[in-house]
This record gives sequence, C-alpha cells and structure tokens, in this order.
Amino acid sequence: MNIIISNSSQNPIYEQIVTQIKTSIMKEEITQGDVLPSIRSLAKELQISVITTKRAYEELEREGFIETVPGKGSYVSGQNKDLIREKRLKNIEETLNEVVTESKLLNLSLEELQGMLELLYIEVI
Amino acid sequence: MDNILKIKNLKKSYKDFTLDNLTFNVERGSVMGFIGPNGSGKSTTIKLIMNLIKKNSGNINVFGLDNSKHDKEIKQKIGFVYDENYFYEELNIIEMKNILRPFYKGWNDTLFEKYVKEFELSKKNKIKTLSKGMKMKLSLAFALSHNAELIIMDEPTSGLDPVFRSELLDILYNIIQDENVSIFFSTHITTDLEKIADYITFINKGKLVFSKTKDEIVEHYGIVKGSKDLLDNDTRREFVSIKETNFGFEALTKDIIKARKIFKGKGIIEKASLEDIMVYTVRGIV
Repeated sequence: MNIIISNSSQNPIYEQIVTQIKTSIMKEEITQGDVLPSIRSLAKELQISVITTKRAYEELEREGFIETVPGKGSYVSGQNKDLIREKRLKNIEETLNEVVTESKLLNLSLEELQGMLELLYIEVI
Repeated sequence: MDNILKIKNLKKSYKDFTLDNLTFNVERGSVMGFIGPNGSGKSTTIKLIMNLIKKNSGNINVFGLDNSKHDKEIKQKIGFVYDENYFYEELNIIEMKNILRPFYKGWNDTLFEKYVKEFELSKKNKIKTLSKGMKMKLSLAFALSHNAELIIMDEPTSGLDPVFRSELLDILYNIIQDENVSIFFSTHITTDLEKIADYITFINKGKLVFSKTKDEIVEHYGIVKGSKDLLDNDTRREFVSIKETNFGFEALTKDIIKARKIFKGKGIIEKASLEDIMVYTVRGIV
C-alpha cells in the first residue's frame, strides 16, 4: 500500500490518507483482516502529526472500512469492496442526474446526449 | 482527556515585559509546538514551568501536581533540553553522566548507552570539542535516559542545519511511539518541526493568541493574493492583516472557505503556513 501526502493539495492531509487507504482496499492491495500500521508509526512514516493520522483512522472506522481493537490495532474490515462500489455508483448516478437536468434546460434530446456520452466514453482512457 | 501540563492564568511581570494571564494545556501523548516572535515570552514561560523563576500569580500543574510544591518529584519525570549548553565543558560524556545519574531515580544506563550509540556520540571526547548539533544530541540523550514523561525543549533547533533538524524530527517521532510521553517545544518556527506538532500554542507580547490543534489552524487560515481593486471596506474585514505593494496585495484570512467563495476566480488562495500566520498576526496586532 502506498500513501503519498501532498502539502500543496487543497485537501486536508487526513482526507488524503482516507482516500488513499480506501483506494488500496478497492484495488485489493489490502484485504479483510489485514493489519494497518499503528497510528503512531504511520505518523512517523508520513512525518505528520499523530492527531492527523488518528483522525484519518477515525473517519475510516466511522465509514466502516476498518475496525480498531483497543490494544491490538486496526484491521481492514470485510465487505468493503462492495461498499465502496455502491458509494461510487451512487456518485455516478448523482452526477448523471445533474447532466440530465442541465441537458433538459438546453432542450438536448436523449439521442444527442447519448451520442455525446458515447464519444466521451471512447475518448477518456 | 488527561493533561500532562496545565497552565492557568499564569502571570509574570518584569519592568518592561509582562506575561499576561496565560492559559493552555498539554495533553498526554501529544506534541505541542510553542511559537511566537523573539521576546514574546516563550523562554519565560518555560522557565516558569521548570520552576526556575517565580511567577506572580496563576497555576502550573505538571502530572497533576503543583510545580513549585512538588518540584523534585516532577523533575524526575521531565526531560529538559536547553538551547544553551549547561554541561561542564572540560568533562567527557561518561564523566558528565556520572554527575547527573544520581539525581534521577529512573536513570537507565542501558538506555543512555543506546542513545549515545544511536546519536554517534564519542564517549571519550571532552564536551567542549563537540559541535553544536552534537551537544544538542547529548542533551537529548540525557533528557531521554531517565524515563521522562514530558520532554520540554527550549528552541531545540536554533542554529542547527536542515539535515540535523530532520534527524531531530526522526528522534522525536521515535520518542512519541510511546503514547505516555508528551513533547513541548518552543521554536521560532521551523517548517520541519511543524510537521510533528499536534497542537500549536502561539503567544505574542506575553499574551496568548491561540492554542489549538494544528489541523484546525492549517485548515482554516489562508493566504489570499490578488490585485488591489479586490480590496474594499467589506473585503478588508475578512483579513487579519494585509500587505499591499505597488503590484497587488497579500493577506491572511482566518476563514479560507469563506475567502474561496468571496474571491473565487479573482485572486489566488493558498494554504497559510504557520510562519505566515505568525508574521501576519503579529503585524495585525501592531
């Protein structure tokens, strides 16, 4: 698992960690039951504060991606992949919703929109 | 939360300087950076915590005990690192250790040996022959070899090069792997030490400006840059202070999210470093 922190990014550091750990779970670089580094050792590795890593882990816990057993450490919890996929699908749905609303405002037909989408789908790698 | 150090309404007056009504806490297991310009009262505060000078009023609690009533008990568990060298220069490291060791109940020779080796200190050389960085490491080795729970450092990096500062950072990260230990250090701001701090306490002219988590500070403060026609009575109010030049302005805001809305597409908005925050805040108070 790689975690790369950017200091110039607009996103807070804890968010960058959360996103990257989620991506690692999605890519199955880490899977159910895998042990995550301790909060303090991760802070040391990334050269950031303990509070920041703690916050990232708390966020991941809250969203159900990891579980923390006091005194033992944090583990990747099960069924994450489906959870993330579902969330991302919902995201796509919401974005498409916006596109549809905007298209209707411009009187764009479904065919025209489909054509546009097809083109984009092929173009974007 | 368990606070390892509690300072409440602390006051110390000198003829031309007053440390006024200072209040802040250091949580167990955390790292606090203590920042402020020269003469803001950082060293005075540290001397008060160490009970080296007498306060006029207020409370200082270390490990839950009053720091002047329980001076000896408390100091057993504090590792203190000064900016200046307080060793006998003519002695070598072992001789110096033999002087300091009897003062500490929790002294651990094995630990000391480990640090001496890790810091690559030569035991036989006289202390006066050590470089500034080496003396700093020696101070740290002493501070860390008696099971201290609170490490207090007064300007630990002043006059040290970036390579050494980064080494010190690694040492500090190793120390805080033990979640019972807290670190409190004063600094003029060095971006490398900024990384490790969980909390930042900022004082200016003897008064507290803020004591907050670093994340909170970094996520809220921001620097806005743009052309001067963006400035009017309303927008000026958004800033702590503004630096205007012939070619535009730069200003510090406490609310970067609001600034992003106001100046969207018009100015450049960047994260503020602690250094920016310190410089603009001090300027704003003047």
